[in-house]
Amino acid sequence: MVTYFSEIYHGLISLFIGMAITFKEFFKPTVTVAYPYETLTMCDRYRGHTELIENEEGKPNCVVCGLCEKACPSGCITLAGEKPEGEKKKVLTTYILDFTRCSLCGSCVESCNFNALTFSKEYNLASTRKEDFIFDLLKRLEERNK
Amino acid sequence: MNSPILLQPDETFILNVGPQHPATHGVLRVKMEMSGEYIVEAETVIGYIHRMHEKMGELKTYPQFLMNLSRMDYLGALGYSHGHVLLIEKASGIEVPERAEYIRAIMVELNRVASHLFWFGAFVMDLGGFSPLMYALQDREHILDMLEGVTGSRLTYCYFRFGGLYNDVDDDFISAARRFIPRMRKSLKKYHALVTGNIIFRKRLEGIAPLSQEMCRKYGASSAVARGSGINFDVRKNEPYSVYPEFDFDVPVFHECDSLARYNVRMEEIEQSLRIIEQGLDKLPDGPIMPEKKPKLIKPPPGDYYQAVETARGSFGIRLVSDGGKTPYRLKLRSPTYSNMHLFDEACRGMMIMDALAFMGSLDLVIPEIDR
Repeated sequence: MVTYFSEIYHGLISLFIGMAITFKEFFKPTVTVAYPYETLTMCDRYRGHTELIENEEGKPNCVVCGLCEKACPSGCITLAGEKPEGEKKKVLTTYILDFTRCSLCGSCVESCNFNALTFSKEYNLASTRKEDFIFDLLKRLEERNK
Repeated sequence: MNSPILLQPDETFILNVGPQHPATHGVLRVKMEMSGEYIVEAETVIGYIHRMHEKMGELKTYPQFLMNLSRMDYLGALGYSHGHVLLIEKASGIEVPERAEYIRAIMVELNRVASHLFWFGAFVMDLGGFSPLMYALQDREHILDMLEGVTGSRLTYCYFRFGGLYNDVDDDFISAARRFIPRMRKSLKKYHALVTGNIIFRKRLEGIAPLSQEMCRKYGASSAVARGSGINFDVRKNEPYSVYPEFDFDVPVFHECDSLARYNVRMEEIEQSLRIIEQGLDKLPDGPIMPEKKPKLIKPPPGDYYQAVETARGSFGIRLVSDGGKTPYRLKLRSPTYSNMHLFDEACRGMMIMDALAFMGSLDLVIPEIDR
């Protein structure tokens, strides 16, 4: 009988302790952000999808070695290049990133020895069409330079 | 209007929980044969998100497969990558710099705390309390921010490399981790006052779902499920790997065998992980994070290799049979939740359905890790 009542008493106290804690939290500053009206800045090392890096002339650093294509675990990179007459190096003609298959692992950026790839800070990627996620990185670079 | 169905006294009915049900935390289906409120027979049905990780392991080269491991368990991803890199390093004889090992241990423990925090919140939510989830997520967010600052992602990290790490930690991370430890200790006190002491919470867990040691051994249970039943087994202590022998920490073991014991083990584990992180930050040596000679092509010599690690969910084993080629001949992933979950069928017989769902929460199931 005594244990019965002491349990009720201690149980009630435990409920009030819990309520006091939640009540205290009520006056603490807000930690959330009202997305999409406010957004946080991404950290420096944030790994978004890849982007091409350009040299001083605005042309991509890529030399079409194809290492990123080989390193990719999901086979989402397709690139091609050609050697213009009189030039020594190959020039990039297409660089397609199939983002539907990309898992943002960063193997491509790591495999690149020519400082040609970087991560973008873009994270608001949503669309109802699959084609929107087939990125032409060369085109994106040209648009960026406009 | 439909007339109510009247059951005969000894008649049972089948209740289907899941595959889309909040209590199963993922796409797990449980087929329950019920007699009123009581479970007569239960059968867990898995495989809804099977992604052929083991087959992918055979098809992809070693560095390519490394990214898959963090996709197995989305809450404690780093522990799984740790197992894989340790295995390949053991198989190919790659030396890892000391600094890299320490950073790995700190990261894995941070990830373990994050995983346990999420489990804590979700578990209490299963029992009907919503606010602890919000507090737990707030603390977890600090860890995710820290890890994001170093690794570049918040859940599916690709941070470990064969031989070392992807990049080094900076001073911001170290100071943030140092700030986090006292903060988390304060929060733990809050959780104990708010949840552990709560009478409703205790009444729903105390003495519920007793798991005998024998049953834990039979099913190969590990982590808090085994340690809550008095089995003192932790891979970090029993089969030490990486730099864990350097740390002073305890393995929490409770002998009550009930759901509350499993809860207590995990809460105590958070404290022990904080101790490891603290010591790791103190002892963190200077030096490189990758070996001088970076391993270019990974081709382990023919043979059979095994590595077990203690992840947030238990003992994760990974076995590699190599034929000396660029891809493994066979890669077997032993996921801890798979073993832990299969206890459920036998243990929940005769239990009331609400108790069974509380029991399921105490097992800490992550479905993608079971299906893999």
